[in-house]
Amino acid sequence: MTRTMNSFTRTLAVSGLLGAGGALPAAAQGIDETVNQIFANSTGWFVSLIFSSFPGTNVPWIVCWLVIAATIFTIYFGLIQFRAFGHALALVRGTYSDPNDAGEVSHFQALTTALSGTVGLGNIAGVAVAVSIGGPGATFWMILAGLLGMATKFTECTLGVKYRNEFADGHVSGGPMYYMTKGFAERGLPGGKILAILFAIFCILGSFGGGNMFQSNQAHAQLVNVAGEFPGWITGLVMAVIVFLVIVGGLKSIASVTEKVVPFMAAIYVGTALIIILMNYDMIGTAFGQIFRGAFTWDGAVGGAIGALIQGFRRAAFSNEAGVGSAAIAHSAVRTKEPVTEGFVSLLEPFIDTVVICTMTALVIIITGQLVTDPETGMFILNEAGTQIQTASGDSGVALTSAAFSSAFGWFRYVLVLAVVLFAFSTMISWSYYGLKAWTFLFGEGQTKELVFKIIFCCFIVIGAAANLGPVIDFSDAAIFAMAVVNILALYALMPIVKSEMNSYLARLRSGAIRKFD
Amino acid sequence: MSRKIVVGFDGSDASRRALDFAITRAKAQGDSIIIAHVLEWSPYSFLTQTELEERHRRRKEELQRAETAILDPEMKRVQSAGVPVTTAMRYGHIAETLCRIAKDEGAALIFIGRMGESGIAARLFGSVAATLAQVSPVPVTIVP
Repeated sequence: MTRTMNSFTRTLAVSGLLGAGGALPAAAQGIDETVNQIFANSTGWFVSLIFSSFPGTNVPWIVCWLVIAATIFTIYFGLIQFRAFGHALALVRGTYSDPNDAGEVSHFQALTTALSGTVGLGNIAGVAVAVSIGGPGATFWMILAGLLGMATKFTECTLGVKYRNEFADGHVSGGPMYYMTKGFAERGLPGGKILAILFAIFCILGSFGGGNMFQSNQAHAQLVNVAGEFPGWITGLVMAVIVFLVIVGGLKSIASVTEKVVPFMAAIYVGTALIIILMNYDMIGTAFGQIFRGAFTWDGAVGGAIGALIQGFRRAAFSNEAGVGSAAIAHSAVRTKEPVTEGFVSLLEPFIDTVVICTMTALVIIITGQLVTDPETGMFILNEAGTQIQTASGDSGVALTSAAFSSAFGWFRYVLVLAVVLFAFSTMISWSYYGLKAWTFLFGEGQTKELVFKIIFCCFIVIGAAANLGPVIDFSDAAIFAMAVVNILALYALMPIVKSEMNSYLARLRSGAIRKFD
Repeated sequence: MSRKIVVGFDGSDASRRALDFAITRAKAQGDSIIIAHVLEWSPYSFLTQTELEERHRRRKEELQRAETAILDPEMKRVQSAGVPVTTAMRYGHIAETLCRIAKDEGAALIFIGRMGESGIAARLFGSVAATLAQVSPVPVTIVP
């Protein structure tokens, strides 16, 4: 029972990766196979632990953990994601920024940098996985998870700014490790240090998994899809060298260029998706019908409505990282007298990432008719193994998204390759930073110590590109969700602090003590 | 009556000529000078995670460098010419920020040097001088 989810993804990995090629030269693939074997064997136990289900069901406890947390934060903060949405936009526009603080990190910059870490393959490949297993109904649960996740993100980012470390030379370090130690001490709670250490360990693993291997793996899959079959370690090596040059060699120009190109790629992606949706405007009603029906009823997808729910929530969490704690690291660099303002800004992140971008991907896949239905019953047809819905192209993961977009615009697969590689790259750069912060929290700051981490990080890029999607996606999810286990515990303990910050700020906003600048 | 003249100064030859011209005007009319240095900055640019972390420190360094390398020597030069002088340093869009300084300080005039931008670049991005001429709340003198 516990391995049900994993066998799903593993099977589709094989079909996804081999679907494009065919017979492969055995020698060239030898290294990839060995890497894959060792990797799958050594991480299996960890994956099983994180994704184990409640006894007698096939509902993974970790998914419930995230959803319950997001629901509790939503209620506890009184639907803050909707109440503060307008104010969050005003903050990002700079309406409340003092012109004398110009030259410091703006809310806009903190938001876009954090977004470039989360907008990535989760939005392109992850959604395709969710929809092909859970059916269109997964989209509904994904959107709901995105909306609820906004409250979680608000909580963690407010704490991240409030308890960051500011060093004498002016640089700042923040994140869950710091609110666990300082926040717990302030409230007189025990165990903050232990949680912080656990979090740091999982964060390092997460930076190797979802923030690294999953990215290089899917970037390779997409390259193969366009350029034909070649061994994964070659892609891995090239990406590893570039990342090495940036994070070790201090080659800032590459990172800066990526940082500037990624937002435009995201805009092109969403724009194209919108055009495809509008071109098929007669299908929009049908698509939403399928989404709502699949969310609550049995439509032939794997696991029925429950399967849709699990897939939707799981991929949403992986994509927007709400509750994972990574955003708390990213947002803590902003300079503000009011930590809660950064919380407000950060709640836009799951909205943009999941409610907007992920939904676009899902709609394009559904509207272009990638999921095969039985013409008589209208139910979805499963593939031979029964692990996912049969797709028109026989693909899954990023290849399915590519097929969906290419069915409208043939050239888009080339744009998508560029988008995937750039998204993968920017996510890796962001996660190398998150991992490094956790590493220095554990081992202290220092040139040599940091170099060790960076070299290990680059090695995992190669491993990720060489291994199959199945073990990689399992380990990536497991490591990132392990961060959420520890982080959300801390959020529960510290949420009264966030509430008093929030109430005080909102009261001053209403009374006019916090004013706009023109 | 003593008025304040804001001189946009970026260390270039053109801005030096503008300052020289402002000094002769100020002497003749008994005005004072505000040397304004604006560091080009947009809050809507995209930064990497490391840049975010170092931003506050960088800002301090940039302000310090501008103060010691650009503003201090010029301030001494104006003082030795016998003209009362203050300085202003801000981040932002250059033309808009010069206007804001003029407004905040209650200045009567803005002097800037002409950068000699022409052709495609000026058409695409607009020049500081042209923007300033259009949006300034006070008379603008552009020194070639």
